[in-house]
Amino acid sequence: MPLRISRLSLSHFRSHFNVVIEMDARPVVLYGPNGAGKTNLIEAVSLFSPGRGMRRASAQDMTRRPEALGWKIDGLVQTPDGLQDISFVSEQGQPRQVKINDKPAPQTRLGELVRVLWLLPSMDRLWIEGAEGRRRFLDRMTLSFFPGHAEASLTYEKAMRERNRLLKDQVRDPIWYKAIEAQMAKSGAQIHANRQQALERILLAQDMASTHFPAAELDLVQTEGEMPDGETELRAALEESRFRDLAAGRTLVGPHRADLYGVFAAKGVPASDSSTGEQKALLISLVLANARALVDDFGSPPIVLLDEVAAHLDASRRAALYDEICALGAQAWMTGTGLELFTELGSRAQYFEVTDAAEGSIVTPINATG
Amino acid sequence: MRDTNDIEALIAMMARLPGLGPRSARRAVLHMIRKRALLLSPLAELMTRVARDARECLNCGNIGTQDICEICEDARRATGLLCVVEDVADLWAMERAGVFKGRYHVLGGTLSALDQVGPEELRIPKLQARVESEEITEVILALNATIDGQTTAHYIADQLEGRVTLTSLAQGVPIGGELDYLDEGTISAALNARKAI
Ligand SMILES: Nc1ncnc2c1ncn2[C@@H]1O[C@H](COP(=O)(O)OP(=O)(O)OP(=O)(O)O)[C@@H](O)[C@H]1O
Ligand SMILES: [Mg+2]
Ligand SMILES: [Zn+2]
Repeated sequence: MPLRISRLSLSHFRSHFNVVIEMDARPVVLYGPNGAGKTNLIEAVSLFSPGRGMRRASAQDMTRRPEALGWKIDGLVQTPDGLQDISFVSEQGQPRQVKINDKPAPQTRLGELVRVLWLLPSMDRLWIEGAEGRRRFLDRMTLSFFPGHAEASLTYEKAMRERNRLLKDQVRDPIWYKAIEAQMAKSGAQIHANRQQALERILLAQDMASTHFPAAELDLVQTEGEMPDGETELRAALEESRFRDLAAGRTLVGPHRADLYGVFAAKGVPASDSSTGEQKALLISLVLANARALVDDFGSPPIVLLDEVAAHLDASRRAALYDEICALGAQAWMTGTGLELFTELGSRAQYFEVTDAAEGSIVTPINATG
Repeated sequence: MRDTNDIEALIAMMARLPGLGPRSARRAVLHMIRKRALLLSPLAELMTRVARDARECLNCGNIGTQDICEICEDARRATGLLCVVEDVADLWAMERAGVFKGRYHVLGGTLSALDQVGPEELRIPKLQARVESEEITEVILALNATIDGQTTAHYIADQLEGRVTLTSLAQGVPIGGELDYLDEGTISAALNARKAI
């Protein structure tokens, strides 16, 4: 049974006051004017994976204003493991509490049940902006293969914050450093290995498929220096770096300094030097390859959120994208301002019109025109 | 008027206790007033005495009414085993389970650079001294599975390495701060399945 959301209800979530929609397994098209609440809706879907969602907003930002009471999302999710009722509640701007089948659950558990990937207009500049965005993109993909990646990342970040604090305070107790570095090395090596394996799987899936989207060559690199391979090596590197790090006031070695280097394979040109359209196509290509790889790995394609992806593609590319999504059998959620952007999909998708109203966004199911 | 104010103040104080809310505090206070001789007066006396006498054991950090607690005074508990916990609540939980026959060492927290808690703020120097003076052969680290808990475990392990056997409670068992919520059976199973670090 492919992963999909069959029922979604939003309460006081951003522009949505109270919305309940029901879906089948087909891709979901959300169309309507600017500011209607389309992106808000798929942002809610992005919260079905661990983390702060695709806008990386706080629970406070997501609460509907002016009420600012908190919000609730409830979804019936068909997973390879069976039907799950997954809900999130944020009270008075507090971080969301997760419940799975009415039982409180840690956020990291979501990563085991659900896989969500996304592409947003803000990622159009991913290849030319800072390494952080690419690292985040890479980690999303990695998380889709390794649910434990979230936990490892949290551990690593927390431990690194501790270490950075020691560095800032000019603490010199070597045993204290060693105790923290032991944990950074363990989680850090895990992060690195996860990323490498995720890239391998994506590249393999890319090689195996015949697709209209360009292939990418991808490399996991460091913005500076080398990434030690393995826990013992990372531990040694952290110890060795202490003196330098004390001067810098922060940790200079480790997976937090990784970067994703992409090349437009057919032309041998770095992604950062490719045309705007080519850069976008590369991202789509990677998300599709990631999705294909997950069919084997997870037993289902992921849920894919494509915010305004159609707008940047010419008609033939658009048709190709729709064909590939339908062939994958993924429940892709796609937004656009007009229905005409989705004509090539016809009855292979289900449609919802999103409109803005004073009492909150309105989401209306529309029968497919064929 | 003054009296109702005191009663209201008492209710408000009680409501701040863990496990009590305004409603249960109100009920408790009303109940105590009705049983003034049987409950309220003896309770008030006890509280005065505890407020005067309660203190941390100078040796292990346990809370009692003497400078040295009963466990540290009891020669039968000098088994060479020392169980390191974060908080007194953990010690009490272990005692309630009644399976551990050695002594304890309460750190009073975990190492945390961000919260400005270093080894000196915890009872770590004292722990080192006790390992010598009490001829400890095994130190059981019953610390939280949190990052700070584990950093602290690493830190202590590093300092004591080679001098004692170091073990930790069985993995998968929530320990440390959560020890308090575990039933006796789980605690004793975790203790029996402890493994070397
Ligand atoms: N916390 C909030 N409470 C109330 N309204 C909000 C909140 N956050 C965002 N909004 C509003 O939601 C509206 C819809 O936003 P959304 O990004 O979903 O639009 P959209 O349909 O994707 O539009 P576009 O086509 O321009 O991308 C915006 O006008 C915004 O002001
Ligand atoms: Mg939008
Ligand atoms: Zn004592």
